[in-house]
Amino acid sequence: MSELTREETEALIQEVLEVYPENAQKDRAKHLAVNDQSVEQSKKCITSNRKSLPGVMTIRGCAYAGSKGVVWGPVKDMIHVSHGPVGCGQYSRAGRRNYYVGTTGVNTFGTMNFTSDFQEKDIVFGGDKKLAKIMNEIDQLFPLNKGVTIQSECPIGLIGDDIEAVAKKATKEMEKPVVPVRCEGFRGVSQSLGHHIANDSIRDWVLSNRDGDESFESTPYDVSIIGDYNIGGDAWSSRTLLEEMGLRVIAQWSGDGTLAEMENTPKAKLNLLHCYRSMNYVSRHMEEKYGIPWMEYNFFGPTKIEESLRKIASFFDEKIQQGAERVIEKYRPEFEAVIAKYRPRLEGKRVMLYVGGLRPRHVIGAYEDLGMEVVGTGYEFAHNDDYDRTIKEMGNATLIYDDVTGYEFEEFVKKVKPDLIGSGIKEKYIFQKMGIPFRQMHSWDYSGPYHGYDGFAIFARDMDMTLNNPCWGKLQAPWLKSEEEPEAAAAGA
Amino acid sequence: MPNVMIRVKDDGNLLFYIAKKDQEDEIASVEKDTEDEWGGEVELTDGSKYYIDPISPRPSFPTTLRFKRAD
Ligand code: SF4
Repeated sequence: MSELTREETEALIQEVLEVYPENAQKDRAKHLAVNDQSVEQSKKCITSNRKSLPGVMTIRGCAYAGSKGVVWGPVKDMIHVSHGPVGCGQYSRAGRRNYYVGTTGVNTFGTMNFTSDFQEKDIVFGGDKKLAKIMNEIDQLFPLNKGVTIQSECPIGLIGDDIEAVAKKATKEMEKPVVPVRCEGFRGVSQSLGHHIANDSIRDWVLSNRDGDESFESTPYDVSIIGDYNIGGDAWSSRTLLEEMGLRVIAQWSGDGTLAEMENTPKAKLNLLHCYRSMNYVSRHMEEKYGIPWMEYNFFGPTKIEESLRKIASFFDEKIQQGAERVIEKYRPEFEAVIAKYRPRLEGKRVMLYVGGLRPRHVIGAYEDLGMEVVGTGYEFAHNDDYDRTIKEMGNATLIYDDVTGYEFEEFVKKVKPDLIGSGIKEKYIFQKMGIPFRQMHSWDYSGPYHGYDGFAIFARDMDMTLNNPCWGKLQAPWLKSEEEPEAAAAGA
Repeated sequence: MPNVMIRVKDDGNLLFYIAKKDQEDEIASVEKDTEDEWGGEVELTDGSKYYIDPISPRPSFPTTLRFKRAD
């Protein structure tokens, strides 16, 4: 398919909007845009972070998902109690693939589900007593836990339980941090507010715990990785690069992270922020309170890695800067071989993305390194500052969609006809049944890591494996095939 | 009266971040910006204006301040 021009893309948006009633049309029109690199501020062309209209099929999650699932969940040596009915925690249990080291159930608890399992009587009479009892049980059964967080589900806010009081009391009794998080699912418009609430609870209950305690010896080369959730091992493949260039990573937030690491983060010299959306709040706070600068970096694909390594090094002395160059040179033969192998197989393929916090813009560079082109991108829960950062990464006249609905996404795909779609599990089977190669870009489709040079090799292999899979030529039943279509079988190669 | 965090951008310009709204904009001009005074009317690059009583001495950024909407 040839490229769409600006006018064609605009016409496409109009066509898709046509089926809506007038009011919905007006509302949705604000969330769909044609990219224009000359625009400085995204709010001029796209509206984001607004409540989804009832009736449209949104793909968003809730604030509880943002706090328990994303920010707090991966902190491995704490126990995160899903406070409320059992479902919210059970159906999302271990789905995010945040890898960690440790013995689950003994000193780490990442893939377990702890819940207060609310019943009718708890809703009627309140659940604070039950919660206090749970705290005791936790400490008896899992004595190696380093702390507890209470992740509120919807009912807690509705019945007005005082979880803060329970938490304060439990903190004293257990002599460990017990953090109440008010992340009821109905708050805000998407999981994004859950990130913010979780960040604020870290700020209020964790960050200052070791202020004035100098027993942790810091070095001038201490950095922390913020906003990397170690999906399929992402943070590990990032960490090795930083360590090879001479830095010391003192904390991982929060993939494979621990409470102690979080408490020690104020001793870092630089905060490296990967997922801006979910952890910029606490980075801003640390800059203000502790004077730790933060910078956004991107470890997807060799071009962006190289840029990021140099930018990180520029905060430090000559030794680190040389280290960065050394690391780039060391891996050059490796990633050049990857590109040489896969680029010919992927060159010119077109991709549409629809993901969450950082990937709709961060992975563009990695696709470009493989000769592919991203022709449409969008976020579930971004704010305008995310789109500000996206406009420059995307080509002119490409599609941008915010909080896209199931219907719009399908229609766009039918018209744009991308060769590959990267989105989440809810979209996966629809598009696969439409015969379009699909990668799940939230959890890397049970693969990963994709960060760093090691991750790039896996990323390239996965994209090739999906795109050039012979199955795509076999979707039509043989008796329905028209005579002159023998080339389908050759699609694999 | 939003709470606003002011921080320095890579290129030295100031960023105006309204935490509540998650809105980040660059500051285009500040009425009083000297060694011993900072504040007055602040205009952002998108044209919106805010006001703060001048603070002396000039605060060190990043810092959180309370602004008034001016229009
Ligand atoms: S919206 Fe409420 S009930 Fe639903 S998953 Fe989120 S916290 Fe649970």
